[in-house]
Amino acid sequence: MRVALFLTCVNDTLYPDTGRAVVKLLTRLGVEVDFPMAQTCCGQAHYNTGYRHQAEPLARHFSDVFKDYEAIVTPSGSCAAMVRELYPRLGDRARAEGRGTALAEQLAPIVPRTHELTEFLVDVLGVTDVGAYFPHTVTYHPTCHGLRALGLGDRPRRLLSAVRGLDLVELPGAEECCGFGGTFAVKNSDVSAAMGTDKVRNAESTGAEVLCAADNSCLMHIGGTMARLRTTVRPVHIAEILASTEEEPLT
Amino acid sequence: MSGTFIGMPAFSPPTLPAFSPPTLPAFPTAAKEAVRNPTLRRNLRYATHTIRAKRAAAVSELDDWAALREAGRQIKDHTLRHLDRYLLQLEESVTAAGGVVHWAADADEANRIVTGLVKATGESEVVKVKSMATQEIGLNEALAAEGIHAYETDLAELIVQLGRDRPSHILVPAIHRNRGEIRDIFTHEMSEWGRPAPEGLSDTPAELAEAARLHLREKFLRAKVGISGANFMVAETGTLAVFESEGNGRMCLTLPETLISVVGIEKLVPTWRDLEVFLQTLPRSSTAERMNPYTSMWTGTTDDDGPRTFHLVLLDNGRTDTLADRVGRQALRCIRCSACLNVCPVYERAGGHAYGSVYPGPIGAILSPQLRGTASDIDASLPYASSLCGACYEVCPVAIDIPEVLVHLRERVVEGGPAVRQGAKVTLRPARGHAAERAAMRAARWTFRHPGALRAGQRLASGTRRLVPRTLPGPGRAWSATRDLPKLPPEPFREWWRRTHRPGGQAPADRQEDQR
Ligand code: SF4
Repeated sequence: MRVALFLTCVNDTLYPDTGRAVVKLLTRLGVEVDFPMAQTCCGQAHYNTGYRHQAEPLARHFSDVFKDYEAIVTPSGSCAAMVRELYPRLGDRARAEGRGTALAEQLAPIVPRTHELTEFLVDVLGVTDVGAYFPHTVTYHPTCHGLRALGLGDRPRRLLSAVRGLDLVELPGAEECCGFGGTFAVKNSDVSAAMGTDKVRNAESTGAEVLCAADNSCLMHIGGTMARLRTTVRPVHIAEILASTEEEPLT
Repeated sequence: MSGTFIGMPAFSPPTLPAFSPPTLPAFPTAAKEAVRNPTLRRNLRYATHTIRAKRAAAVSELDDWAALREAGRQIKDHTLRHLDRYLLQLEESVTAAGGVVHWAADADEANRIVTGLVKATGESEVVKVKSMATQEIGLNEALAAEGIHAYETDLAELIVQLGRDRPSHILVPAIHRNRGEIRDIFTHEMSEWGRPAPEGLSDTPAELAEAARLHLREKFLRAKVGISGANFMVAETGTLAVFESEGNGRMCLTLPETLISVVGIEKLVPTWRDLEVFLQTLPRSSTAERMNPYTSMWTGTTDDDGPRTFHLVLLDNGRTDTLADRVGRQALRCIRCSACLNVCPVYERAGGHAYGSVYPGPIGAILSPQLRGTASDIDASLPYASSLCGACYEVCPVAIDIPEVLVHLRERVVEGGPAVRQGAKVTLRPARGHAAERAAMRAARWTFRHPGALRAGQRLASGTRRLVPRTLPGPGRAWSATRDLPKLPPEPFREWWRRTHRPGGQAPADRQEDQR
């Protein structure tokens, strides 16, 4: 199977460790991973801020870059949701604006082939025990797009539960948004910060060492809030936990 | 729907301006105050979380919830698609049953009609059932200008009215008030409006409810004119329905001689059979009850029973304009259950008043900018009053994809474009204050179309990363006032990949890509 890693612009620039973890994890599971160098951004920020027409060329670019792969894997719930939920909508809207079916047709093939990482592991590879080792107390925050747009359900929790040494504790108010929301974090910074603080306080209340999520955008906001509140909980992307082994533990 | 609510433990709310869009601050400014009020935060958190959990339990009892939700969506969509036909059918059946139908294009016309009808009775007092439509048009103020007193009879609305306040929730308008304040309001204000509060009134729910009951009973028995809204109108028979919890609605609808109902044109369903779906979904979504305590239905007038005269004022006030929008029209499916408010993390922290409208929360954020347009600061800021977490869409009993409409309205704000205003097609201009953002988005798009430029930018950032502070000045403070910035890594992922996965560092296809 030709599998492409769509790392996302945020991870590529700010969280290369997450990218390396995905490569390590998938390679360990026998998947041959490629990183198409022409990849950039799915267009989510443009779309969600109201610049749908600016997101269109980015969606076309995404399709050009990834169209020849059988599967596209991304360690970001919100970027996976952009492709799966919103690319079809881009096509629909273009059609409704009298611009024909070209965009819809170009984007259609890549939509079902794009998988969020935990979906790819559980649904496509059929594994829940990925042979990971992570001897820490972890609490899991299901990010909104993963939870409600993609319907990841208990996949991430099943993967974490199978990690040796890992003690998974429930996060109170887990399904509540952390307050990131892309440009919301800046445009409505007071409300966003209040939501972030509540999320961090909830994470602290579990006594966990690590707050895990499957999206670094949310973790950037939560982690930035944690640093400011000087909490002892640290944010870690799920890929880095799943990539961690006894021989090569995550430090 | 209306629900009984008797207040929260103590705190003082700020004094609030009227909901007149041009004078209102943008959402972030208004929300800031609420966020910094710890008692308000605690009260709203307690109230929304309680009802949130109850609703979830009430909904989970029904195995066919998903089917009911889908049926509700389809019934509303079908009705909206043929609204012209069903409205005429409604007019015919209401008229045949002895009612009089009036059509109001906007708030002014509706207020003129209702004021005229009340004056024609010679009365200077009316009793009111809780109604969002009459609040939307500012009917009480219009009546007051003509010397007519409108008495709110829903308990929470009474609290809001006596306190010269504004509602902050669809279902529990006084959600922001606590019991001590309610006692004070009753003690100081009731005597000015009618029967005074009993001596030594305490702040226990039972005593407060009894004080309201005694005060209101006098009004019910005296009133010759009642004013209501309606949750639903049935086109085939001309029947109107009000769902409520306190029984004040039943009194207002049956005791007066003249009944005037002001109803948005989207409240229509074709048949009684359609009502069956909403009889199940509305109470469960709203008050988390299997069935609401009072469901009043009336069809025109009946000799010797109930009002002798019945007027129905059908209100447009921006609804036809909203209907013309392919994406935004789904907001008209709303049955005002308030489930979306109760699950919304933004509403929970910003409170209802920040939305600057009688429609707060997620539904208000998509309804107000459509009914009123996006010209004012508050209306242009409402589409951004959401993190797009999708909790509202998940609970909505008529499946309104609120995040989809929010994003659509953001597009209207930043790009302008075609819309319908007062029945005429117009091209909206982009809103002020988005020029820098627009330029940044264009620049980002250009960079993302040119991976070579992205790489150059990343390398520059990595090379100078030690110079990048963890906090930002100027507009960047919006992020860094409460959050550290992430540390820039020594090299972006793509550099690492290039070094480790490609002999010679670069594959031919990529080199080509980079030179574009
Ligand atoms: S939008 Fe949906 S959830 Fe919100 S009040 Fe209307 S019907 Fe209820």
